[in-house]
Amino acid sequence: MSANENTVESFRETFRRDQVWPFLTPAQTKVNVDNQMILYVEDLNLSFDGFKALNNLNLYVNDGELRCLIGANGAGKTTLMDVITGKTQCDSGTVFFGQTHNLLNKDEAAIAQLGIGRKFQKPTVFEEQSVFDNLELSLKTDKGVLPTLFSRLTPTQIDRIDEVLKIVGLAKHRFMLAGALSHGQKQWLEIGMLLAADPRLLLIDEPVAGMTPQETEKTAELLTSLAGERTVIVVEHDMEFVRSIARTVTVLHQGSVLAEGTMDQIQSNRDVIEVYLGESEIAEGEEV
Amino acid sequence: MTRLTEWFSAGRSSGKHTLPFVVILLTMTLLASAANLFLPADSALYVSTYTITLLGKYLCYAMLALAVDIIWGYCGILSLGHGAFFALGGYAMGMYLMRQIGDRGVYGNPLLPDFMVFLDWKELPWFWLGMDHFWFAMLMAVVVPGILAFVFGWLAFRSRVTGVYLSIMTQALTYALLLAFFRNEMGFGGNNGLTDFKEILGFDLQADSTRVSLFMITALLLAVLFVVSQRILSSRFGKVVLAIRDAESRSRFIGYRTDRYKVWLFVYSAVIAGIAGALYVPQVGIINPGEFSPINSIEMVIWVAVGGRGTLIGAIIGAILVNYAKTRFTAIMPDAWLFALGAMFVLVTLYLPKGLMGLYAQMMAKRRPAKTQESEA
Amino acid sequence: MRHLIALCCCLFGLLSFSVYAAESSPQDSLLTELVGAKLKNMTPILEKLANTQGEAILPLFRILLGGDLYYIKADKSLVGQFDEQGNTVYKDVFSQVVVPNLSKKDVKKIRVNNTLRGYLRNAIAQIQLTAKSPELRQSAVRELLSKLDKDTINLIEALYPNEANKKVKEAMGLALSMYAATSIDLVPSNRLVAIERLSTSLEGDVRNTLTKLMKDENPAIVKAASEALENIAQRANRFAFIDQLFFGLSLGSVLLLASIGLAITFGVMGVINMAHGEMIMLGAYTTYVVQLIMPNYIDYSIWVAIPAAFLVSGLMGVLIERLVIRHLHGRPLETLLATFGISLILQQLVRTIFSPLNRQVSTPSWMSGSWEINPVLSLTLNRLYILAFALLVFIALVIILKKTSLGLNVRAVSQNRSMAKAMGVKTNWVDAMTFGLGSGIAGIAGVALSQLTNVGPNLGQAYIIDSFMVVVFGGVGNLLGTLVAAFSLGIATKFLEPTTGAVLAAIIVLVFIILFIQKRPKGLFPQKGRAAE
Repeated sequence: MSANENTVESFRETFRRDQVWPFLTPAQTKVNVDNQMILYVEDLNLSFDGFKALNNLNLYVNDGELRCLIGANGAGKTTLMDVITGKTQCDSGTVFFGQTHNLLNKDEAAIAQLGIGRKFQKPTVFEEQSVFDNLELSLKTDKGVLPTLFSRLTPTQIDRIDEVLKIVGLAKHRFMLAGALSHGQKQWLEIGMLLAADPRLLLIDEPVAGMTPQETEKTAELLTSLAGERTVIVVEHDMEFVRSIARTVTVLHQGSVLAEGTMDQIQSNRDVIEVYLGESEIAEGEEV
Repeated sequence: MTRLTEWFSAGRSSGKHTLPFVVILLTMTLLASAANLFLPADSALYVSTYTITLLGKYLCYAMLALAVDIIWGYCGILSLGHGAFFALGGYAMGMYLMRQIGDRGVYGNPLLPDFMVFLDWKELPWFWLGMDHFWFAMLMAVVVPGILAFVFGWLAFRSRVTGVYLSIMTQALTYALLLAFFRNEMGFGGNNGLTDFKEILGFDLQADSTRVSLFMITALLLAVLFVVSQRILSSRFGKVVLAIRDAESRSRFIGYRTDRYKVWLFVYSAVIAGIAGALYVPQVGIINPGEFSPINSIEMVIWVAVGGRGTLIGAIIGAILVNYAKTRFTAIMPDAWLFALGAMFVLVTLYLPKGLMGLYAQMMAKRRPAKTQESEA
Repeated sequence: MRHLIALCCCLFGLLSFSVYAAESSPQDSLLTELVGAKLKNMTPILEKLANTQGEAILPLFRILLGGDLYYIKADKSLVGQFDEQGNTVYKDVFSQVVVPNLSKKDVKKIRVNNTLRGYLRNAIAQIQLTAKSPELRQSAVRELLSKLDKDTINLIEALYPNEANKKVKEAMGLALSMYAATSIDLVPSNRLVAIERLSTSLEGDVRNTLTKLMKDENPAIVKAASEALENIAQRANRFAFIDQLFFGLSLGSVLLLASIGLAITFGVMGVINMAHGEMIMLGAYTTYVVQLIMPNYIDYSIWVAIPAAFLVSGLMGVLIERLVIRHLHGRPLETLLATFGISLILQQLVRTIFSPLNRQVSTPSWMSGSWEINPVLSLTLNRLYILAFALLVFIALVIILKKTSLGLNVRAVSQNRSMAKAMGVKTNWVDAMTFGLGSGIAGIAGVALSQLTNVGPNLGQAYIIDSFMVVVFGGVGNLLGTLVAAFSLGIATKFLEPTTGAVLAAIIVLVFIILFIQKRPKGLFPQKGRAAE
């Protein structure tokens, strides 16, 4: 009997007249940032075999901000990025992009199409294709199968690629195979690919690893110039680099936020000092 | 003409060989056909019908290699089950040819093929209905492999089964079909398969002219599929496919639903394999469950590996060369063929990962290093 | 192979000949008397023979009963006429050795009549029922169940009170009950008691008897018989279930043996060894060769074959790893192709050396036969041994991986190769050893398989796809998963078979795994965590 009632109830719920079924609503790609906030991460939990990678993590990022995430290995920085970009499913919590887009029920491709770009720790580019092709693939276009099959490069798109090539300093290598680039150049190409996609939010994992001081400086310049128009979240271990770019820094520790503030505030924060200096054993012990 | 050349060589460097290759392929086909039809049998240049059939068979294999290369060479999906799509296409054609026999079978039943009469079946199973129409049978030859590829691919790629897992699964697929088609109850002639064909579209299958026509049609279709595939793979779709091969998760993070790309490429490849199978059956005159055997499907992979995967020309050349070697070897010393084939697998993977085309490209690069640098700058 | 059979025959012949020779003297004269005797005089001679010879005379009686006893005209010696593949041959009655160059003209039949046959039947039963070994007595009773008559019942009744062996006594009781149940002249209440007693037996003859009783005129008897039959059917079903389970477990043990080596190499090195099936085949051929070398010690050959097969396949594995797989590191698909090439070469090699035909490997006597639990359930010994052996190998492997330094290294490499390398683990060495171990276990599997099927060049091919399925189903790098997967697939296949047939069962299992992998790409017991991606 109650099963029947439930069926009727769910039927009614499904066919309520004041609502629109999810699959009928047109996919909206506009990001609602009326509250000046672009990313809401709330109460995020995730554990691998009993190890709590994320522990009630809360993080809010303003639109147009340049945010640095720091923390020891295993603090949950990369895992957080994995959850935001859809690579890993979390156990509980919410992640919203703007006010309307729930990222947890979307896959990687959908999240990328919303305008969230990600750069990995290890540079991954399409090694067997030219630098130009790499950028062409990353352009902000319709990425369905049929449109891609019949697409042709428009002059605006070519201009955009040229522009990005100039920004990342690879204009000379446009027809070189990406696999033949140096490590630093690959890092740059990957950043270029992010730019070509014209994203709202960039998640950048250790951008200056393996770069020369000059390259590092150039990267810092680029990232600061991006902020404002776009939102950038950078994970980095190089404290000098963080100091040179960051306005706001978030410290992660054991899967949750330990402190947040400017670099100076962070450096004088007692908790941070304790974690980093006083209890270094714990930090080591938690490495996976 | 320039427009045509441009269309052929669209963008990619591998495209520049497309037109010459098609011209060579079609010229050779025409010459061989003419030599069979118009030269007297005692002429030195006469090409026997046996040779024509053999060449036609090679071209079917080349088409199959094309299918394998599209999915393996370009997308990194090693399918060990393409023999299944080939055989399904072949069975569709075989069923049509079987229905064409009519009452000329041993039992003289106008409706039922001999093996059904033998099994004491009273009526045609539903899946044999309509197969007496050529257009319907040909539709089935592409639709059935296509649907199978779609269902399998959709399930596998969506749950992100990749690498050796996927290869093993495709092998299991063709193995399951092998077992199924061996059963008499399936209604495909069981162990013996379908054979004793008489005619196709009213033309006698034993006649020289039919043989030559089939050979020419095969060559023409191979050329068309080759050009179309080349076009597809040099479009942005092709670039995405390459991107998926080299860094699938990266492709996902820039917004491509890689599973959909893989499914459609898999379906396209399966359809080509089905067409190859459909062309193969009237030329060799038989289709039996042996075509499903896993070893056949792996052999196709080695054709592509020998020719050079990731280049469509390489796949075609590889298929023809390996099968020519097989014909010669099995005639001279049949026992040695498996040794040679086995050694080919080992040596090619160890020393010639890019196949003959890779070797050719290397040699070309050595011959004029200055020129390449110039063009890169 | 032919030599082997010939040798076996010779050996057997020699043995029986010596037995015959030792007992020949008193019997000879009686036997010659038999040749000349008239029909009515034969009974006393036979009686004497029965009394003096006991069990040894049984072959003669049986041949005589069948009317196949002849004597050679030249020397009056007795031979039996046998039909072997359409040819008439004459064999010595006792040693069963063929007497060559005899045609129908050279021999004369020793005739028997009904009286003699009746006597012979009884004499045979009596000799058997009083045999020394309880097993013989039991089988004699069971043989008699289908042809009970007044005489045999009298005999059994006479022997019943003095029978010491419980099982024999039970069987005799059964015979008596069966006879009682069918005797129309008995009081119905006695018959009902007999039927009741019959309902606890699973003998086929009992069921036949009860089925016959269903047509009895007395409705009470019919009712009792039908109840008894139902009772029996229920019990028989239960045992049939156990039987199926056993076959499932047996198939599972074979799958386990075949796939566990694959699971190790796949888990540690991430490569599929397509030549794994050929490692199994090499093991089986090693068994064959070992038996060729020591034809007189077939019973012990297994103990030599197991280590030999492990070494042969293991060394071949190490060789393959060193020569080929090492150079293809990080390219699993190429490894798959290269090892497939190796499998072709090995198959062809075996075809060239041993011929493409199947080879018969003999089963040691202690492994042949079956363990009869009751009339409907008997477990073949070789399957039972292989089941135990598979579990033993599994446990040994678990111990190796858990307790030895090789195991520690192997686990380290399988969990994080680069880290293990950084910690100073010689990954090259570990790879070679793992491959050797995996292949060696495949070789052992070959020894076990040689006891179940014919040994041929395609032996490995038959099991390789199933082994892949087991590994994939169980989850890579997880031995327990392999165990569970092997047995569940084995049991599932065997339980499907009666309803669907073997081929369809195989297809269903394959399709199931294909679908399962879509749902859980990492198998039953996946490795978890970030490292696993």
